[in-house]
Amino acid sequence: MTQPVYMQEFREFAANGGGEGPSWLLPLRRSAIDRFAALGFPTPKNEDWHFTSVSPIAEREFRVAPAARIVKLSPADIAPLTFGRADWIRLVFVNGRFSSTLSSMAQLPAGVRVLDLATAARDEPGLLERHLGKIADYQHTAFTALNTAFMRDGAVIHISPNVELDTPVHLLFLSAGDASGNAAHLRTLIVAEHHARATVIESYAALSGAAGYFTNAVTEAVLGDGATLAHIKLQGESERAFHVGTLQARQARDSHLVSFSYAAGGELARTNIYTFLGGDGSGATLHGLYLLDGTQHVDQQTRIEHASPNTFSREVYKGILDGASHGVFNGQVYVRPEAQKTDGKQENNNLLLSPQARVDTKPQLEIYADDVKCTHGATVGRLDEVALFYMKSRGIGADMARKLLTYAFAAGVIEAVGVAEIRTELQALTLKRFTGAAAGL
Amino acid sequence: MRPVIGGRLLVVGYWWLVVEQYQLGRDNVLDIRNLQARVAGNDILKGITLTVNAGEVHAVMGPNGSGKSTLAQVLAGNPVYEVTGGTVTFDGRDLLALQPEERAQAGVFMAFQYPVEIPGVSNAYFLRSAYNELRKARGQDEVDPLEFLDIMEKNLTLVDMDPAMLNRSVNAGFSGGEKKRNEILQMAVLRPRLAILDETDSGLDIDALRVVADGVNTLRRPDNAAIVVTHYQRLLNHIVPDFVHVLSAGRIVKSGGKELALELEEKGYDWLEAPAEALA
Repeated sequence: MTQPVYMQEFREFAANGGGEGPSWLLPLRRSAIDRFAALGFPTPKNEDWHFTSVSPIAEREFRVAPAARIVKLSPADIAPLTFGRADWIRLVFVNGRFSSTLSSMAQLPAGVRVLDLATAARDEPGLLERHLGKIADYQHTAFTALNTAFMRDGAVIHISPNVELDTPVHLLFLSAGDASGNAAHLRTLIVAEHHARATVIESYAALSGAAGYFTNAVTEAVLGDGATLAHIKLQGESERAFHVGTLQARQARDSHLVSFSYAAGGELARTNIYTFLGGDGSGATLHGLYLLDGTQHVDQQTRIEHASPNTFSREVYKGILDGASHGVFNGQVYVRPEAQKTDGKQENNNLLLSPQARVDTKPQLEIYADDVKCTHGATVGRLDEVALFYMKSRGIGADMARKLLTYAFAAGVIEAVGVAEIRTELQALTLKRFTGAAAGL
Repeated sequence: MRPVIGGRLLVVGYWWLVVEQYQLGRDNVLDIRNLQARVAGNDILKGITLTVNAGEVHAVMGPNGSGKSTLAQVLAGNPVYEVTGGTVTFDGRDLLALQPEERAQAGVFMAFQYPVEIPGVSNAYFLRSAYNELRKARGQDEVDPLEFLDIMEKNLTLVDMDPAMLNRSVNAGFSGGEKKRNEILQMAVLRPRLAILDETDSGLDIDALRVVADGVNTLRRPDNAAIVVTHYQRLLNHIVPDFVHVLSAGRIVKSGGKELALELEEKGYDWLEAPAEALA
């Protein structure tokens, strides 16, 4: 275990840069690093990490990239990662550090604030003090504690009451150049005030080939009464990368979180989507797609806590696993005694393309209210023989039929993506991946 | 028989030759000889013999469990069914030796009783892929999406289908009637030499039934053939067959013209239940 490395790094950071910003921030960092020291990296004995060993992360030393190592990139370098929309509000981070030159936050509509975290710490201390570290739980989760101790780069998005932001806010987290050994503790805060509406895209991508870096990202989201937040996470880290990313949301009355989580990158990757349905009538719709190959280990955990009456959750996660990859799905639904009339549906379907591929799926329902409707289902299987025969009976050869059905398995969940540009790109990506076809379904 | 002599013998002989020539020259599409098949260890088809020529529509009727659907599935090559005996010749080729996709490429089309939903693949893409696979198999160039749209337009009218259906996933969320229309649309686009309708009429209201029947009738040509598998006579009011065969317990127990269907409608299947052993 290399915890001492992080403790040492924290002492250096606290003395140099970590003390910047409002006065409450450094104590928060200290409290978080103390929790990290006490918790340590999770082991498989920890129920939440039963199928995933993080020892490959714990045994290496990752350090925050010094500013001097920031790689210079031009807008042309990032153009392929912008979904053809140069006009979106966009914050770009390279190897964990905010790049103002690559970002575009100029044309913000009234009632919308989008800032990088360091600027927000200077200009919006009140907003941060109200929410930062209040939703993401660093008391019990080591990676969130580590992130809270080191957070410096990230985004702050604030949508004022009744403001509906039509343009997505795109957070692009890039690794480039020689990123091996880098740690990026990215922290994002999204506040959608009452009846606000916004779409936030987090995409993780590598321009650096097969670098072994560590992304440790935490996003906190606050949804006021009647607010709607669409959150799209696209995890396309390098094939040697380590990624732990958490979205933790707290929802007020009648708010709706619409999450889509795509995971295709990384050697070892974990995504947590947690939400707390704290207001009557609030709900969460979670969709996920993980596409694995080689020796990848990719784990997705979701936790929906129904803490108020009449709350709902809808969840569909799908995985396609090839090679000797290992996938994990753990879907927790927790219904508190007061959350009567909870309506929850969860589904996890997996397609294994090779005999060496493996998936552990664990739906986990804990229900303490008596008047609820909760269902869950999990499948692990191969392609549907009836559908294969149907396609063949129309003249489509066995090989092509298999490829198309594999694509179709993924496409079913991609349809849930609310942003057309991203939906189209994911369709093209998966079509190419599974059929070799360049375009056009 | 009365003895025949001289010129009359020659004339009769001549006519016999003409008739025989005509028979040989008949454009034979499908020749099923003593076909036997089983599923999950149960023998379903116990010796089917049936010849289908170009320009003909054959109705195959029979009670539940008689094997009529199995016959359709076996001809299309459904791997669930195991052929245990007999031969099937399609345009001179051994049909049973072909994979399902090769059968389709050779010109066999089966409209499914329960069309399969394929969420994620659009109807347009699916149909164009199938269409192009058939063209490739015949040594023709593939068509691009725009050319294909042209082809689709005419056929959509035929089955009275909204073009928007092309952008929806194959059969996903379609009503029963829409699914069957979609089968006929596929048939219209792929223009098979032999169309097999596997209880396409089941579960259809009269309007959908009419659309399906109109589609089949429009596609009837002297150089193709159809086998219409149905439980009920009502479809045959709209698709008038040249021959009607009745299956019972895996054998054809009676064959006749279109009037046989009416007789079945009136009397039911019970009077035919006596198995073929009695006839053999």
